[in-house]
Amino acid sequence: MRKLILAISALALAGTAAFADPIADRKALMKANGKAAGQLGAIAKGEQPFDAAAVLAALTTLSEDAAKMDVAALFPAGTDQGDTTASPKIWEDMAGFQAKVDKFKADTAAAVAAPPQDVEAVKATLGALGQNCGGCHETFRIKKS
Amino acid sequence: MGLIGKLAVAAVLLGGAGAAVAWFLSAPVLLDAEAVAALGEGDATKGERIFWAGGCTSCHARPKSEGPARLELAGGLELKTPFGTFVAPNISPHPQDGIGGWSLEDFANAMLRGVSPAGEHYYPAFPYSSYTRMQPADIADLYAFMKTLPAVEGKAAGHQLGFPFNIRRGLGLWKRLYLSDEPVVVLADGAPENARAGQYLVEGPGHCGECHTPRQFTGGLKKDQWLAGAVAAEGDGIVPNITSGEGGIGDWSGGDIASFLETGFTPDFDSVGGSMVAVQKNMAMLPAADREAIAAYLKAVPPHPNGYPARQPAQPGG
Ligand code: HEC
Ligand code: HEC
Ligand code: HEC
Repeated sequence: MRKLILAISALALAGTAAFADPIADRKALMKANGKAAGQLGAIAKGEQPFDAAAVLAALTTLSEDAAKMDVAALFPAGTDQGDTTASPKIWEDMAGFQAKVDKFKADTAAAVAAPPQDVEAVKATLGALGQNCGGCHETFRIKKS
Repeated sequence: MGLIGKLAVAAVLLGGAGAAVAWFLSAPVLLDAEAVAALGEGDATKGERIFWAGGCTSCHARPKSEGPARLELAGGLELKTPFGTFVAPNISPHPQDGIGGWSLEDFANAMLRGVSPAGEHYYPAFPYSSYTRMQPADIADLYAFMKTLPAVEGKAAGHQLGFPFNIRRGLGLWKRLYLSDEPVVVLADGAPENARAGQYLVEGPGHCGECHTPRQFTGGLKKDQWLAGAVAAEGDGIVPNITSGEGGIGDWSGGDIASFLETGFTPDFDSVGGSMVAVQKNMAMLPAADREAIAAYLKAVPPHPNGYPARQPAQPGG
């Protein structure tokens, strides 16, 4: 049965060549999230001076990454197996997972529309966006090593 | 009396001696008068810090609560364990459905001895095996704070446990083996002062070891692998090694650990996940000095390699 599902999803994927390896693609997307959050974090922690352009660039990256989170393409059935920390709960509760993605999209877009103007505001924005990361990882990701 | 009856009587008489010893050994041990006197008057303002350090809301608020609802301790969260499913009870100050009718002494016996007002043992799914290391004054402050929270109506469902785990009396023997208010690790003489404050927060109210330390099949913690990481109680995952041993967080600075507890971001800006999310939200409510103390303690505990088995290489589609 699983083989059949895999075969079907492989066929479906053939049509969307951009996502040849959905697990690798979604991990790369998440790594980019981490990097952008790190740039904001360095400013929030005072390791780097406040720079409005850098803040806007990092927020824009997060927002673009969120927009790229096409659940059907990046999380096809069967990809809870393999080198992944995605939780099977994603496939048990697709609607719940999609809701987290939508909130992430909305919150990052709002942050780009009204970017923080000083260090304190960067902290607040990062805190609020961080709730998205943790809020999704809480239910939909499991550490395996 | 039929043969079966006679056999039963003989068995009871023979087994009686051992059973009597077991009955005696499994009896609940309450706080003595001196310990009760040490509780003193509680201070609700100070108790709020203990409340967040203790993470009561992670289990006793309704599942998935956010914001002020985290202060409504209605219970209902299900904890799935190898022994059965436990359901966290209502501990709001409601007089009938919660613990509003309790005395401070009742509360202290629950927290420090794992014994209910009716004299029954609690299951260690309620992490009193850590809370037993808490200071009496902190218990009193915590109780005073909890009395200021909203009273919520409605009892939570009962536990779903099979025999023999549904017999509370048997827990007395478990407690004799595993309940100890002694510190778990001995810090080196030169350890920084705030590492000792951190030791109290981690080993006592914070109950970090309950998830981060591997267990024996009896459910007792393997204290010689303290905080070395463990297979998660629920699901397919692991709880990471938070010592400085191999696989652990030796490459995190104290500042990295404190910052993770405050913001939920790891040093390489991965984000916290799983059951740690609720813990991290509680830690974020503490004064910064407490997070720094916890970090100092984690840097000072004996390093261990991972306390969980290495994962087999993933078998795609298997
Ligand atoms: C809608 C859900 C969701 C949101 C929001 C989300 N993540 Fe993730 N994240 C995941 C899932 C699922 C995985 C596991 C991917 C896998 O291993 O296949 C993951 C994995 C990761 C990883 C590890 C990638 C790897 O190489 O294994 C990092 C780092 C990460 N996320 C950072 C972030 C950060 C930072 C944010 C917020 C800015 C964020 N994530 C928001 C769902 C989410
Ligand atoms: C890991 C989950 C968990 C955490 C964290 C937790 N509890 Fe509990 N608690 C339980 C469970 C499960 C029970 C039921 C135990 C039993 O029935 O034997 C319980 C029972 C209790 C009881 C007895 C209630 C009754 O009706 O008899 C009290 C009081 C209590 N907890 C207080 C606290 C306080 C205060 C904190 C925070 C310092 C806390 N708990 C943190 C899971 C938890
Ligand atoms: C309810 C179980 C639970 C409790 C209690 C708990 N943790 Fe965790 N902890 C976890 C899990 C699960 C993770 C892995 C999080 C993830 O998936 O990202 C974790 C991750 C961590 C990490 C990050 C480690 C890494 O390698 O990424 C640190 C540091 C940590 N915990 C410290 C603590 C401290 C300090 C306490 C006590 C105040 C504590 N934990 C209590 C379950 C728990």
